[in-house]
Amino acid sequence: MTRLNARIPEGPVAEKWTAYKSGSKLVNPNNKRKLDIIVIGTGLAGASAAASLGQLGYNVKVFCYQDTPRRAHSIAAQGGINAAKNYPNDGDSAYRLFYDTIKGGDYRVREANVYRLAQVSNQIIDLCVAQGVPFAREYSGLLTNRSFGGAQVSRTFYARGQTGQQLLLGAYSALSRQIAAGTVKLYNRRDVLDMVLVDGKARGIIARNLVTGEIERHAAHAVVLANGGYGNVFFLSTNAMGSNVTPAWSAYRKGAMFANPSFTQIHPTCIPVHGDAQSKLTLMSESLRNDGRIWVPAKMKDVEKLRNKEITPSDIAEADRDYYLERRYPAFGNLVPRDVASRAAKERCDAGFGVGTTGVAVFLDFADAIKRKGHDAIDSLYGNLFQMYEQIVAESPYETPMMIYPAVHYTMGGLWVDYELMTTIPGLYAIGECNFSDHGANRLGASALMQGLADGYFVLPYTIGNYLANEIHTPRFDTASSEFTLAAQAVTDRLKQIKNSSGKESVDNFHRRLGKIMWEYCGMARNDAGLTEALYQITELRQEFARGVKIPGGLDEYNPEIEKACRVADFIELGELMVRDAQQRRESCGGHFREEYQTSEGEALRNDDEFAFVGAWEYSGRDAAAQLHREELQFNEIKLSQRSYK
Amino acid sequence: MNFTLKIWRQKNVTAKGEMVSYDVSGISADSSFFEMLDTLNQKLITTGGDPVAFDHDCREGICGTCSLYINGRPHGPAKGVTTCQLHMRAFKDGDTIFIEPWRAKAFPIIRDLIVDRSALDKIIQAGGYVSVNTGGVPDANTIPVPKEKSDAAFDAATCIGCGACVAACSNAAAMLFIGAKVSHLALLPQGRVEAATRVQKMVACMDEQGFGNCSNTYACEFDCPKGISVANIARMNREFLGAKLFSEKERVIKESL
Repeated sequence: MTRLNARIPEGPVAEKWTAYKSGSKLVNPNNKRKLDIIVIGTGLAGASAAASLGQLGYNVKVFCYQDTPRRAHSIAAQGGINAAKNYPNDGDSAYRLFYDTIKGGDYRVREANVYRLAQVSNQIIDLCVAQGVPFAREYSGLLTNRSFGGAQVSRTFYARGQTGQQLLLGAYSALSRQIAAGTVKLYNRRDVLDMVLVDGKARGIIARNLVTGEIERHAAHAVVLANGGYGNVFFLSTNAMGSNVTPAWSAYRKGAMFANPSFTQIHPTCIPVHGDAQSKLTLMSESLRNDGRIWVPAKMKDVEKLRNKEITPSDIAEADRDYYLERRYPAFGNLVPRDVASRAAKERCDAGFGVGTTGVAVFLDFADAIKRKGHDAIDSLYGNLFQMYEQIVAESPYETPMMIYPAVHYTMGGLWVDYELMTTIPGLYAIGECNFSDHGANRLGASALMQGLADGYFVLPYTIGNYLANEIHTPRFDTASSEFTLAAQAVTDRLKQIKNSSGKESVDNFHRRLGKIMWEYCGMARNDAGLTEALYQITELRQEFARGVKIPGGLDEYNPEIEKACRVADFIELGELMVRDAQQRRESCGGHFREEYQTSEGEALRNDDEFAFVGAWEYSGRDAAAQLHREELQFNEIKLSQRSYK
Repeated sequence: MNFTLKIWRQKNVTAKGEMVSYDVSGISADSSFFEMLDTLNQKLITTGGDPVAFDHDCREGICGTCSLYINGRPHGPAKGVTTCQLHMRAFKDGDTIFIEPWRAKAFPIIRDLIVDRSALDKIIQAGGYVSVNTGGVPDANTIPVPKEKSDAAFDAATCIGCGACVAACSNAAAMLFIGAKVSHLALLPQGRVEAATRVQKMVACMDEQGFGNCSNTYACEFDCPKGISVANIARMNREFLGAKLFSEKERVIKESL
């Protein structure tokens, strides 16, 4: 098991990044012009990387499936972005941000990467402000911060409830500037369907032009995957409809290891499911938990009356309400981390105390906050979120408590990368949500935006140079070579095979069925018997999909059904790997809750002696079981302890 | 709920398009407009028909991908929402609903209800940014920005680039889109430095891409899902005029030397 080498620099954790930068190789500007880099995805990680690499003078090609880079799903992030600026003078530091992230990730994360993330966090804020990102400000004209997602310091910068949008527009503007300058070329409405390796190194990709159906070959000296997370394996999630794992999965099939695939984040505050036609779930920002109080009725008779609409929530006396987070976790109350809050909601609903017509929801109540702070203050903090809720549910949170329930939101797992963010394929990098690197078994709020931009603006531009410095004598690649021809042919064959399936069932139907299996057996709570059942069902589904999917239209035209079919085929394979990963990890940690491993109080029970490792899976062929490799995690700075938010 | 849908079908940019009628039934009032169209497409797929192509992605009103012209209005009858946030409760049972793509010279049709809006990207590439590099910037709190200005910049910056303003405009003008970006950056000290060149480049590109001019009907503001104000068009005009006059003055001074 020596194949995984994270290549973490020597020295104290606080000095590793500086030491690395001082010792890494540089590429001279004249040589940068001769080097091509492909970036896949234009979210925070991809757009910031492409812009920064273009600015350095590399030739960059950037790909996105959307019609424009500005629509990548980072745009939907609401709450904020963390940084250790310590502007509020409340005791924050890079160390504390590092510590909180490791603890929040339930100690299943690499110290060196997280420390670097905390160190570069401040630079991100500086850069975004310089780009014109309109962060919230005080009347003094200086930036304001809020406490967010279980942090005891106020380190979150935000732009009302649209922080992701504003940060992405900043990165998009930087990218647009480089496109205009000619250093970056944009390929929009493209699905990247395969990686091309030459002599074991990543040297290009095969893409499908979604408008014409043309299969394109693109070569480069290095390839950067920034295609986001894979929450859509659950069908219903807060991800965009098009969010998919396909580029990362094609890399996995070509030898890049996939780490901790079962680590998924179920976000506690989403709008509950309304019915069978539901196509996606909408998140309500976690910031709402700063002022909202979560509760369900304490008495079963009130639950029944509520469901029969005999009473309204406000009719239930204070003493008859169960503020279960405040009850179970007095120190953190409604601000416990996401995994803890989600499980607590499931526990109450499973016990029969859920509200709403389905009984699968809990209240998030602002009545106290409105009384304490006033209507206007609440409006300025959450106005757009309240509006959004009202549009979807047709009820006003000013008048009646919101109803929320956990939903799949983020995937901590992803392609395994070393300290330089390189996968196990030389020259192939993975950044942002696409890699597994910085959040362990649970991500803290406002840390995804931080990681995406850290990787793209401030980490990858350094580490990729260290690799490309050895490639300056490598001439540009000919896409007519046998490697490209074979890869393109394989993609074409696969598309034809899917298209020619003689079935009757739509892609969406298969996707929905996969989602149900994953949510039931590999969602908020998992157990060995359920996971075994899931493996069986997924195998069946995969076979049925192969012979039973129906694809209308042709391959050489705009055809959303063939796009979706490729994505769902990969999701089915990924689902199987997630289940295997959940099964091998016989402990509970962060978002991974195995019912067999819990404390007497129902909290996650880690097993540090046996499972303090990153589980990285290696593809062994279509019909063979993937092979597990372990990267043992070393904790030199932080002492492992049971997470307690009581 | 049951509906009759009249939908624009067009195979590609060169093909001739037509309105085609479909019936959908058993739709929940809580379904979104797209979930209703999903139901139609599922029916078409399983019965050997040709599903309707439409653009959509986040389905939570922020990515700006969706772009349907419903009953003669961009994003349909509800105010301040994108198509993806429109719910079927906004319609009456038995309604006939007309669904068309954005119509503008600068937005060629790709298929059915999908148009190519890359002209908007071109306008941003022409100057919709602050020319700052990664690295070498001052601490974020070095330059205080008055809260009112920062808030006004934010209001302009919430534009999602969907193009509803263009679709709403009788001249297919993109001035609300450009006005929003010009305002967002011109209101901030960080963007002020390049304000004069930015507005000129963006307006020149707008003309080049085939967008029309503004004739002050305010239809864009009315149909903007994010409530972007036409005051941003006024600010852009002021910035543009100021920039032109200033450059004219510079030219005269230079020639007199």
